[in-house]
Amino acid sequence: MSYTTIAQLSQGLKDGTFSSRELTQDVIADIKLRDHQYNSFITLSEELALAQAEAADKRIAAGQAAAMTGVPIAHKDLFCTQGVRTTAASKILENFVPPYESTVSQLFLDTGAVSVGKTNLDEFAMGSSNENSYFGKVKNPWDTNAVPGGSSGGSAAAVAAGLVAGATGTDTGGSIRQPAAFCNLTGIKPTYGRVSRFGIVAYASSLDQAGPMTHTAEDAALMMNVMAQFDPQDSTSMQMETPDYTANLNDSLAGLKIGVPKEFFEAGLDAQVAEATMNAIKQYEAMGAEIIDISLPNLQLCIPAYYVIAPSEASSNLSRYDGVRYGYRCDDPADLMDMYCRSRAEAFGEEVKRRIMVGTYALSEGFYDAYYVKAQRIRRMIKNDFVNAFSQVDVIMGPVTPSPAFDIGSKTSDPVAMYLEDIYTLSINMAGIPALSTPAGFVNGRPVGLHIMGNYFSEAKLLNVAHQLQQVTDWHQQQPQSLQGA
Amino acid sequence: MALDNAEILKIAKLARLQVNANQVDDYADSISSILDLVDAMQKVDTDGVAPLANPLDAEQRLRVDEVTANNQRDDFMAIAPKAEAGLFLVPKVIE
Amino acid sequence: MSWEIVIGLEIHVQLATQSKLFSGAKVGFGAEPNTQTTLVDLGMPGALPVFNAEALRLAVMFGTAIDAEIGKRSIFARKNYFYPDLPKGYQTSQMDDPIVGLGHIDIELEDGSSKRIGVTRAHLEEDAGKSLHEDFDGMTGIDLNRSSTPLLEIVSEPDMRSAKEAVAYMRKMHAIVTTLGISDGNMAEGSMRCDANVSIRPKGQEEYGTRTELKNINSFRFIERAINVEVERQIDILEDGGSITQETRLYDADKNETRSMRSKEEANDYRYFPCPDLLPIIIDDDYINGIREQLPELPDQRRQRFIDDYQLSAYDSGVLSSSRTMADYFEAVQNACGDAKLSANWVTGELAKYLNANDVEIENSPVSSLQLGQLLARIKDDTINGKGAKTVFEELWHGAEDVDAVIAAKGLKQVSDMGAIEAMVDEVISNSPNQVQQYIDAEPEKRGKMLGYFMGQVMKASKGAANPGQVNGILKKKLDALC
Repeated sequence: MSYTTIAQLSQGLKDGTFSSRELTQDVIADIKLRDHQYNSFITLSEELALAQAEAADKRIAAGQAAAMTGVPIAHKDLFCTQGVRTTAASKILENFVPPYESTVSQLFLDTGAVSVGKTNLDEFAMGSSNENSYFGKVKNPWDTNAVPGGSSGGSAAAVAAGLVAGATGTDTGGSIRQPAAFCNLTGIKPTYGRVSRFGIVAYASSLDQAGPMTHTAEDAALMMNVMAQFDPQDSTSMQMETPDYTANLNDSLAGLKIGVPKEFFEAGLDAQVAEATMNAIKQYEAMGAEIIDISLPNLQLCIPAYYVIAPSEASSNLSRYDGVRYGYRCDDPADLMDMYCRSRAEAFGEEVKRRIMVGTYALSEGFYDAYYVKAQRIRRMIKNDFVNAFSQVDVIMGPVTPSPAFDIGSKTSDPVAMYLEDIYTLSINMAGIPALSTPAGFVNGRPVGLHIMGNYFSEAKLLNVAHQLQQVTDWHQQQPQSLQGA
Repeated sequence: MALDNAEILKIAKLARLQVNANQVDDYADSISSILDLVDAMQKVDTDGVAPLANPLDAEQRLRVDEVTANNQRDDFMAIAPKAEAGLFLVPKVIE
Repeated sequence: MSWEIVIGLEIHVQLATQSKLFSGAKVGFGAEPNTQTTLVDLGMPGALPVFNAEALRLAVMFGTAIDAEIGKRSIFARKNYFYPDLPKGYQTSQMDDPIVGLGHIDIELEDGSSKRIGVTRAHLEEDAGKSLHEDFDGMTGIDLNRSSTPLLEIVSEPDMRSAKEAVAYMRKMHAIVTTLGISDGNMAEGSMRCDANVSIRPKGQEEYGTRTELKNINSFRFIERAINVEVERQIDILEDGGSITQETRLYDADKNETRSMRSKEEANDYRYFPCPDLLPIIIDDDYINGIREQLPELPDQRRQRFIDDYQLSAYDSGVLSSSRTMADYFEAVQNACGDAKLSANWVTGELAKYLNANDVEIENSPVSSLQLGQLLARIKDDTINGKGAKTVFEELWHGAEDVDAVIAAKGLKQVSDMGAIEAMVDEVISNSPNQVQQYIDAEPEKRGKMLGYFMGQVMKASKGAANPGQVNGILKKKLDALC
């Protein structure tokens, strides 16, 4: 038995096998029944979802359905949703109900998709394990002792557990791809500027990008067709046409040049993960692709540069949570300073506070050039490495993470050890290029992802490359043992 | 780079985060270890490399000067921690 | 010791856009609190800024008008600090790459000479909201209507050497921005605000003294008073052997003193960095030249035209071109009456006197330029004399509408009928035998002065309506005939 995909649900709705209302009711009942095992949802929006489903059924009956009309999905609880609590997994937004809608969630509403609720995450998207949530840790459906990855851990767990067929995530340093790898999903971080950031609670503005998390590349393409739209409300959104991301999924890969950077296979990479990754890459040789050794010499520098740029931007982006206009305000503030300092200290979690302080320090007088400007110069060196690589190859492949999903609690005491987990994903955000993770097998029962990176705005090619792998392998169709027979 | 407790308190105040006495050492340790990680940058020669702020090196789009917003005050006031007479209320500001 | 005063000004000009710098909310003064805000202006989670094209155009227009370098690649930066009226916890401003670079303007000094004042830069930034300190159970109310309103901050070089020069600079800037139409320049509503950096140094010393920054001086009058009182304070301190603390000070107009703003004293570290939500603004020569070609006549050009075309004095031309509304008013009056000098005298004289006495700006003058023009036309055609015109002006000021109706109602029509004037003169002469005898007895060169008495009597008899020139001529002729 395998998962139900968005494509299958779309077909079933079109054929009248089931209605969106029936489907949505089942999904919500299933979440209520099973999510206590994973804690993947923060908020369910049952009434709204059923209303959306009924509206979708009317559109389907009227023959006006788009591919995702009536399909239930979930949004990472970083997307502001009008009338539905949006928390960023923080106490500071515990009761925040936005009077506005993010562009991405609005696009899904416009196409008639059903939003069943908001998924758990690391607070303000800061984390790689989904252990930094005010609403509790998320557990990996493949092994509930393991983390699901982060920060989009709730979306990953919800899809991996079969609760919804697709969910949105955001990726600032790997927050879509790493949980996708840990949970055996397809997750794509589009090119910076491809998907609107409007209405998404910001972590690091120059790195944040939203994308889909699904079982298959085809499903990811269906979601990208909805999400990837120019948005005049976001100055960094690129003004360009949206291709049909499903159109080229079946293109032949004969002659495809795949670059494999040696720096992705150096010390620190788990040997079994390396083997699984190379095994997946070798699948492409049979399809006529050419594998080329390349080098990304500045890869290691992405960690220090990222941990300056992201906290710096975050320290400024999170200043708005001051207890004045919305969100948490401490009880009985003695004065203004007390209100600021206590509200923020009481309602931000430790990792968030740590990053705010690192960023505040990096931007402060006397350190700005040595930290922030230096990191931006290194950022250009990293980008240039990729620009050079893409003059030789069509896509780059390697591991997503140094190891499979680690045990819950195993890295929480050492933030730096946690940061090193992101070595393969951070550089992609620094360069702003698109990249995805697709299932590539298992190590000790825990999933491993293959990292496929492409040139700017090559999302359709990446989905084509992943889809072709999914035609000749069945890793993406595997289900956790606990679900079999469920 | 190791930060001492006074520096931690200074940063915390700039960031408007209350740090209690029993937390200062922990913050000094963890933030110092992050800065140690970050300091790997310092030995890199970046002379002649222009800083990169936006990965696409894109330029600003301009918005036509039109009033497009409606008054949503009631919606915003409804979610404010403390509001009165259409104003957000905060502890007395002393100039 | 003799001290030299060094002054630099930072002027914040609110740009005359319809919508805000980064959102589609309306810009406007006096609306109900928080009704002109969007999620962008309120700093809501996920809100993003998009830059207003008109703000860019107005800033570049200013730059071209002061002959400045225009930043073809300018960058928005975040200035980070916490304040309740600053919703995002940072102000979006410009730091390293402003839209307007080095430029200059010329100011006219009282001795008629002019002086060039450097403009270091002008940058775009968003305004903050307002804190209202009226009592709400001991709390402060925050109104964010002004949040994200577009400002141009114009920073001068420390080139001014007296409070009067600072006022002249501010007035010239006011004239330039109102002539360009980039701002309404309304200082009472805060559309134009000024901070002054003031220091003193012994005459002849090259290095600058320690400066203080005077915040938010919101009228021309206060600029002069605030600077002078601050200079006196600094001189007192230095002459007593003390030293000046670099600090921000607030001018208290009621007490006419400056005092330290302790709330701004805390060591601030603004942690400027390029705003990642906004991208570099790139403009080219075509864009800049297109704006330069459409510049209106600037105050200096208009002043020169007043000198050349109307033969007005340099001083009057300077006063009349000091604001667009003043210059427009003057030219409308002169068009209506056809006499530039008479128009200039009345606009800088009687009108200015009433405006000052009643604290009214010229754009709100109850006497319109057309009314004043019509009034002056009645002087020109000898319908009324100057004294009568002042009476009519007073009536117009208090709401009368039609010049000719006032003249008729008040009986101010000048008597120019020779026969009638002769009759009045004859009557005065026959009623004043003593004065006539004194006139006859006086030495001829002293008689001119003695005419005044008779003039007064005739004018009184005519209720001020007699044409003074005619009265004078007839009186002289008749009295001299008696000698």
